[in-house]
Amino acid sequence: MLQDKDRIFTNIYGRQDWGLQGALKRGQWDGTKDILAKGRDFIIKEIQASGLRGRGGAGFPTGLKWSFMPKQSDGRPHYLVVNADESEPGTCKDREILRHDPHTLIEGCLVAGFAMGAHAAYIYVRGEFVREREHLQAAVDQAYDAGLLGPNACGSGWDMDVYVHHGAGAYICGEETALLESLEGKKGQPRMKPPFPANVGLYGCPTTVNNVESIAVTPTIMRRGAAWFSAFGRPNNTGTKLFMISGHVNTPCVVEEEMGIPFKELIEKHAGGVRGGWDNLLAVIPGGASCPIVRADQIMDAQMDFDGMRGIGSSFGTGGLIVMDKSTDVIAAIARISYFFRHESCGQCTPCREGTGWMWRVMERMRQGNARREEIDMLFQVSKQIEGHTICALGDAAAWPVQALIRNFRPVIEARIDDYVAAQGIAAE
Amino acid sequence: MAKLIVDGIEVDVAPELTLLQACEAAGAEIPRFCFHERLSVAGNCRMCLVEVKGGPPKPTASCGMNVRDLRPGPNGEPPVVLTNSPMVKKAREGVMEFLLINHPLDCPICDQGGECDLQDQAMAYGVSGSRFFENKRAVEDKYLGPLIKTSMNRCIHCTRCVRFTTEVAGIAEMGLISRGEDAEITSYLEKALSSELQGNVIDLCPVGALTSKPYAFQARPWELTKTESIDVMDAVGSAVRVDARGREVMRVLPRLNEAVNEEWISDKTRFIWDGLRTQRLDRPYVKVDGRFRAASWQDAFTAIATRVSSTAPDRIGAIAGDLASVEEMFALRELMAALGVASVDGRQDGTALHPKFGRASYVFNASIAGIEEADAILMIGADPRHEASVMNARIRKRWRAAGGKLPIFTIGAPVDLTYPHVHLGNDPAALQQLDAAALDALKAAQKPLIIVGQGALVRRDGLALLSLAAKVATEVGAVTDGWNGFSVLHTAASRVGALDLGLVPGEGGRDVAGMIDASEKGELDVLFLLGADEFGAQHLGPDTFVVYIGSHGDTGAHRADVILPGAAYTEKSGTFVNTEGRVQMGNRAAFPPGEAREDWAILRALSEVLGRRLPFDSLAQLRAKLYAAHPAFAAIDTIPAADPSAVAGLAALGGIVRPEPFLPVVADFYLTNPIARASKVMAECSALARSGRSIAAE
Repeated sequence: MLQDKDRIFTNIYGRQDWGLQGALKRGQWDGTKDILAKGRDFIIKEIQASGLRGRGGAGFPTGLKWSFMPKQSDGRPHYLVVNADESEPGTCKDREILRHDPHTLIEGCLVAGFAMGAHAAYIYVRGEFVREREHLQAAVDQAYDAGLLGPNACGSGWDMDVYVHHGAGAYICGEETALLESLEGKKGQPRMKPPFPANVGLYGCPTTVNNVESIAVTPTIMRRGAAWFSAFGRPNNTGTKLFMISGHVNTPCVVEEEMGIPFKELIEKHAGGVRGGWDNLLAVIPGGASCPIVRADQIMDAQMDFDGMRGIGSSFGTGGLIVMDKSTDVIAAIARISYFFRHESCGQCTPCREGTGWMWRVMERMRQGNARREEIDMLFQVSKQIEGHTICALGDAAAWPVQALIRNFRPVIEARIDDYVAAQGIAAE
Repeated sequence: MAKLIVDGIEVDVAPELTLLQACEAAGAEIPRFCFHERLSVAGNCRMCLVEVKGGPPKPTASCGMNVRDLRPGPNGEPPVVLTNSPMVKKAREGVMEFLLINHPLDCPICDQGGECDLQDQAMAYGVSGSRFFENKRAVEDKYLGPLIKTSMNRCIHCTRCVRFTTEVAGIAEMGLISRGEDAEITSYLEKALSSELQGNVIDLCPVGALTSKPYAFQARPWELTKTESIDVMDAVGSAVRVDARGREVMRVLPRLNEAVNEEWISDKTRFIWDGLRTQRLDRPYVKVDGRFRAASWQDAFTAIATRVSSTAPDRIGAIAGDLASVEEMFALRELMAALGVASVDGRQDGTALHPKFGRASYVFNASIAGIEEADAILMIGADPRHEASVMNARIRKRWRAAGGKLPIFTIGAPVDLTYPHVHLGNDPAALQQLDAAALDALKAAQKPLIIVGQGALVRRDGLALLSLAAKVATEVGAVTDGWNGFSVLHTAASRVGALDLGLVPGEGGRDVAGMIDASEKGELDVLFLLGADEFGAQHLGPDTFVVYIGSHGDTGAHRADVILPGAAYTEKSGTFVNTEGRVQMGNRAAFPPGEAREDWAILRALSEVLGRRLPFDSLAQLRAKLYAAHPAFAAIDTIPAADPSAVAGLAALGGIVRPEPFLPVVADFYLTNPIARASKVMAECSALARSGRSIAAE
């Protein structure tokens, strides 16, 4: 279990002052100038050495991503964009950072921005996060007033501006290129890749889009060293991580823990165990709504990190666990997730636009059992026709929960259909 | 160049090509809906998926991937692309299934049937059955104006129409609203589109969502006879295909001609066809006691002969109109020459252009395709949006290619050209004292383009303005070796041909203004009008005997004493020279109605009655004579060279420029010629455009 001295987010529950004075007391903005003095390459190398992987869900190595930015500007400015459009159901960590520990993020913007040669950072805050944005904006203002941002930020000689931008509440704007489109004032629809944002991003300039948590942890990593960070977890899955535990647990919470913590330990220690005891656990969605749902027996002994979740056929995602006990109608749960993706599909490309609605309708019928057994395979094929055929990953995200439901809970669906047929048969007589 | 292997065939292509284009270079057919060569890449239909070896284990949209983005194999082997692998086949079937689940099965009542991309590709790449048992999506139809009919249930959201209107037409009036399944293509406010090029979205739409409103339920594509021809609605000479059923023209579609219209045509070109059926002159008429009386050809000819034989040649005149082909103007010129008439004019708008100044003084020397090389533009009294809509799209294309940084200056009546431009003033003073910044920009340009419009040239001081424009052109270096940026924009399809023929007053002859003047004074006894309607026939004196040869009952025919019914441009084979001097030949798609005849044949028959028999009995013989006298007309689809020194000659002319502001020459885009004025569709468009303008003015 992670010790308090190793926590990066020391005010995640908002029990102390979230403002600058509180942040300074907690050791933030300490020696930022010295970090920057070590130079761009050093910072990128250190982040690479720390093994930090993107905390937004895909788990792309953060340092590697930064290294894709051009070393020399070709005349175009570089931009850092922070993705605070946290909309994945089951995920609620970034909002805690924004409202309770905003200075970790703002300091991170300076460090990361410097490391990629960006003088401007845009923080794209989810539309629904109103109070969070107010805190963040206030914190940014405090940082400007204290000379931590703006020209010669922290006395480092580096000019850094941070802009807080408010989204309008579309899930798709959490996709990095859709976010850039939205930031440019256009309709939030993902762009084709390549070109990747590191080459052609915001306003056509080199851009790196990072998750809030990925950026917020960097100053601490720089202060305490890559070795400290990479000592947590196992290779390829290092560091500490904010876990979000929701659903049928006794004490749902957001908690910072070591990567690779066993599932059982995480739930026992922090969430007060599963409602009704371990035997009552039915299924878990381990990383936010788009991650494949797994059965209790699959996840019981798993380690909570990227490789651990991949090992059980799911995905670590953002680390937002949705725990379901045996009172759950698992088909209805996935049908609801299908509705979510149908509703949030941007409508740009064919498979996702047409397929998400189709899947949802079939799922709704299956929820009642009003389907034929062959349709289960058809539904699986339809989800496969969406996955990998779309411009962005929303198609994949919509397909995975359905696929996992069929993979892991097929007998439940079949039984529902049989029951429905039997009930209809009686009614028909 | 970059090498890649497509389906086992190695090809060497330019690295900036898309994978789709590279696959086509290798002979592989890639189905697509959203991709279009002339529009930005959207990548949203996902029909063009291919398999790229070594990439992620999923298909790649070939329209959005450049060849240079492909990674070579581990030992530097060329990248491998498969277009016929099981993965690709499955991907296409999947996408096709998704496209069809919400697409109505109404092909039998859909106007796109028979020429529908979705229909064709569903046959080629789809599967036979459906697995979709839910209700289909229903979308309300949208109002886009009198030209485009919508059936939005059929829309597959390829956004070609949105991209065309925003990028090419330059109007931000269409878009995709809502999300996911609820996404709809709309004009936002349910109002008619304001572009003169909007009809092109009908061709672009790969399904039957956007179809032609006037053509709705009129014909099926397989029952139409298709004739490749040339448009005469403006001086661009767009390549068109005229589709006819029996005697009637059912629709006009664009043809590909990279040098002229790419693949766009204006709405006037496209929707003019209902005007070919109404107000037609289908038999000869002779005016008796102030009323027209139907007559036989012989009676009509006799009436003319009686009058002409008693008239001295200097009291006879002839004017050729805007839609006349070179052949009939040649016949007219020969007949007038035989009669000894010097008062002939092919410039009914009174433009100051004259063949004596050299060909380079009256053509669009830079050429339409050359617009894409221009790096600064000055327009004088020109409104390309309404005078040559398709060419305006080319200027806009150039402006877009320059990243919106192309310096464009205009002098003349203010107009929305669909791209930003600096308006230097609306009177000739702005040209006499050219703005210093504009002058610098033009001088700094390697290939400055000076467009001189008829708005400057039809004035009384047209020649002086032409000279002044030529002077500016030479001063800014628009005329160099390999580039002649001095370009005259014409508004009439016949004009350059008339000037090439030398259809201008001979020794002692009168021009159009002179003829009207003489008629008012009673000094002009006979006037031949070859489809001339827009020169001011109402000003002719009462004693002038007017012979009108033409297709439509318009201003000229109203004033006529004898009407000889001619053929419209779709009913005859004729040569037209466009504004850049390109010689093109239109073809006959249908026959003239009733007793109407081709115009050259009318003149030939008339010459016999007048006792001045023209020396040709067929169109071929006429053309032989024409080509002997003017070899340039024989070089179809080419631009005969024009000596650029003519521009310096023009510059030296000088003259006194008057201070009045420039006036637009095309007052109403939709009603510029007799065919358009006979068209109900054009009348509707015109009324709509005028009401739109009045709202905007309030």
